[in-house]
Amino acid sequence: MSTVPLLEISNLRAAFPGPNGPVEAVRGIDLTLDEGAVLGIVGESGSGKSVAMMAVLQLLPAAATVTGSARFKGRELVGMPRGQIRQILGREIGCIFQDPLSAFNPVLTIGAQIVEALRLHDRHISRRAALARTHDLLASVSIPQPHLRAAQYPHEFSGGMRQRAMIAMALANSPSLLIADEPTTALDVTVQAQVLDLLRRRAQEDGIGMVLITHDLGVVAGMARNIAVMYGGRVVETGSAEQIFYDTCHPYTRGLIAAMPRMDQSDAPLVSIDGTPPSIFARPPGCSFAPRCHMAEPACSLTDPALVQAGSTLSACLRAHELAAEGNTRVAE
Amino acid sequence: MLRYIIRRILGIPFLLLGVASVAFILSQSTKGDPLSALVPERMMNNPEIVNAVRAQWGLDEPFPVRYVIYMKNLVQGDMGTSFNTRRPVAQDIADRLPATLELVIAAMIIGTTLGIGIGLLSARFRYSVFDNAARGFALLGSSLPIFWSGLIMLYIFSVQLQWTPGTGRLDARTPPPEGGTGFYTVDAALSGNWPLLMEALSHLALPAFVLGWSVIGIVARLVRSSLLDALGQDYVRTARAKGASERVVLINHALRNALIPVLTVLGFTFAYLITGAVLTEAIFSWPGIGSYAVSAARSLDYPAIGGVTIVGATAFLLANLLTDIAYAWANPRIKVSG
Amino acid sequence: MSVAGDNPVVRVGPGLRAWRFLGRLPITGQLGVVVLLFWAITVLTVQFWPIADPLMMAGRRLQPPGLDHWLGTDALGRDVLSRTLHGAAYTIPVSLMVVISAVFIGSVLGAVAGYLGGWVDGVIMRAADVTLSFPPILLAMTVAAALGPGLPNAGLAMVIVWWPIYARLMRAQVLEVRTREHVEAAIAGGAGKTRVLVVHILPLCWTPTLINATMDFGQVALLAASLSFIGLGAVPPSPEWGSMISEGAAKFYSWWIAFGPGMAILSVVLATAFLGDGLRDVFDRRGRA
Repeated sequence: MSTVPLLEISNLRAAFPGPNGPVEAVRGIDLTLDEGAVLGIVGESGSGKSVAMMAVLQLLPAAATVTGSARFKGRELVGMPRGQIRQILGREIGCIFQDPLSAFNPVLTIGAQIVEALRLHDRHISRRAALARTHDLLASVSIPQPHLRAAQYPHEFSGGMRQRAMIAMALANSPSLLIADEPTTALDVTVQAQVLDLLRRRAQEDGIGMVLITHDLGVVAGMARNIAVMYGGRVVETGSAEQIFYDTCHPYTRGLIAAMPRMDQSDAPLVSIDGTPPSIFARPPGCSFAPRCHMAEPACSLTDPALVQAGSTLSACLRAHELAAEGNTRVAE
Repeated sequence: MLRYIIRRILGIPFLLLGVASVAFILSQSTKGDPLSALVPERMMNNPEIVNAVRAQWGLDEPFPVRYVIYMKNLVQGDMGTSFNTRRPVAQDIADRLPATLELVIAAMIIGTTLGIGIGLLSARFRYSVFDNAARGFALLGSSLPIFWSGLIMLYIFSVQLQWTPGTGRLDARTPPPEGGTGFYTVDAALSGNWPLLMEALSHLALPAFVLGWSVIGIVARLVRSSLLDALGQDYVRTARAKGASERVVLINHALRNALIPVLTVLGFTFAYLITGAVLTEAIFSWPGIGSYAVSAARSLDYPAIGGVTIVGATAFLLANLLTDIAYAWANPRIKVSG
Repeated sequence: MSVAGDNPVVRVGPGLRAWRFLGRLPITGQLGVVVLLFWAITVLTVQFWPIADPLMMAGRRLQPPGLDHWLGTDALGRDVLSRTLHGAAYTIPVSLMVVISAVFIGSVLGAVAGYLGGWVDGVIMRAADVTLSFPPILLAMTVAAALGPGLPNAGLAMVIVWWPIYARLMRAQVLEVRTREHVEAAIAGGAGKTRVLVVHILPLCWTPTLINATMDFGQVALLAASLSFIGLGAVPPSPEWGSMISEGAAKFYSWWIAFGPGMAILSVVLATAFLGDGLRDVFDRRGRA
């Protein structure tokens, strides 16, 4: 077990030019991922979870400014010259994106795009060898008739199959880190489970570390070792999966857990969190969750709380200790 | 895709019918006796010939009959006799077609390659000095009246700078090359006559450039905007996430998608070029269909006008058909699902 | 002095609204407006300007540009600058009439086709297709030749060439809007077909037409000049821009003869292109905002 974490992010900030000056979408987050582990990043849209990962990989639009630190196997990614980071992307770090239909180039066959992924990092591989490897890759993600499928275009695949092809492409060069940005959001519920299953299996088999970004707590439930909950560009709570689900001491996380539909209480009303997330242009002062929080006090709108060790998790709430004490309520089963 | 092509082709005869009908109607507004145009003066006294011509064209028959006769003749390739040249219109057009095609094809090549190049570089170096200068150049090309820019170019390059020769396809005293195609450049090349080829090319250069300049704007603008559009798509992010360089992203991914809308505009540019060719030929004394149309219109030579219109419209329809086919081929969603 | 406070109600009249609207255009669009205004004023007032008579000899023939004649004189000794300015009164009004007629006829036919569908749609669209099968200049030439020379005939020819574009445009817009919910609501509320079309659908359809028409104005002017150049539009000695360039082509070495009218046409085409682009920008923003 190496001592250097696979991915270590500190005080990461990402800002975009706005009508009245730069606007921060990510406001100083810290995250750690160990080799072979799965980190789940959970949050609503606008929380900055995707932007954070894209910022680390230099995949944001050119107008964005990224500051802070993101070390991959000890190497600093923020500010790394483009030529160097291109060697890492696609080889040591693989990405899968939310909508596989738009993430694949519609005018190239799936096979051609996977071959490209291979040849970008191995100049010497022949076309034939690359194609053979592509067929193997497609087979490894349970895509039937890989010879046939590789010659087809993205729109000829079903949604689930497309996503599996994207996973195959991301894993083509045996990366040590996989970034999965909302991998199941665009899929039917029945297919979601298959894809998650595949991800979990491959991650375990090959010892790949994974960052799983999603708005759905259910997705990270069986998969993540550690979870970070993001809101308004910040991490508001972080801890192991067990701790987050059972010992949460942040009102937002609580709300998220309560909002998960329960199979064993079929006539319980669906709970939701009132209000909508703030836009990055108009964040409320102090804690950005305060306007929607049942437990908000006047002090909450004055200071933005820092992460504190309240119960077993690190929580960014002024009243975290109260929640911790109240805790063990077994909110989720 | 085959189904799509067949569907498109089936629509053509109807349109051609419409085109020919319009040409017929317009040709019936002749002011003056068509008979005197069809029969040479000295034969007017010959009743046999006069009657034969009357019968052939149904000059005494009512309107619907004349229509049918017109269509019948048309299908057989007979478009009447030109008032001016006294020769069959079909013959006139056939003689002059290669000249116009040579000009239009050369202009198309110049226009699209420069247009794609400018659009590509404009998108890559957005907002730079080059981008603005290039777009200004393209805008100027599509805003200048061709008959004026042709004059200016001729004045600057032929008269003042003497870089290009004067009007016409060849110098006045040079005989045209032997050859079947009627394309002076092709014929000269095929017969290995290099000096003649150079001469033909030098005469072709300026009019082709002037004509091509008028479409550079359309093509460049479209390439630039569809490239920028493509560059904003998710698959570009995926490609970058795979470690692709900007060049690979631009050419292998963005450009391939961006060229699809450009294909659709090629048919349109061809139409634009036909329009421009008419005026360009007038300025450069290019003996093609365009100048034929102009002199026909000026002298109210109705059979010739009708003939040119039909041929022009047919070329137009074919260009659009080819464009649609090319688009269907390039866009896999249509190609695969038919 | 009102007790309620000292914020007077500002009534925004149409003049101020127009001014503000123009202010939202990008700088190129504003330039376009200025140029077009210049030509509009010229058309309306040029007869009263103290410049040379465009039809009379004003100096020696074929003089190059100089202090007496800023753009020189032509083959008959007429002042080129004066002829250029007077020429606006031929090209601009004709182009305006053509665009308005084509837009009106085309839009009406297109709206009817889009809304009624069925065989009406079929007939109108086939007619449009056939018309669009012709290269525009050939069709215009043919019709103009059939009708005889003269600017009004050329104008009619151009209307025939242009209406299908607006028919298609309006039809596409109508087809899109009629599926929207407020139209269903109106129909469910018992509104008759005409009322639905005129009150609920058409007001949302005019933006692309307006933008297109603005840019087409320049193209129509170009086509009008082209027809005159060939000899099918305005008849000499009218100082129409296209025929002036034709005269300039005959007197090739006296480049100034064609320069005035050429620049005039160029300015109109560029102005309308910029204005059309600017309008598109403004409407885009409004649509998104």
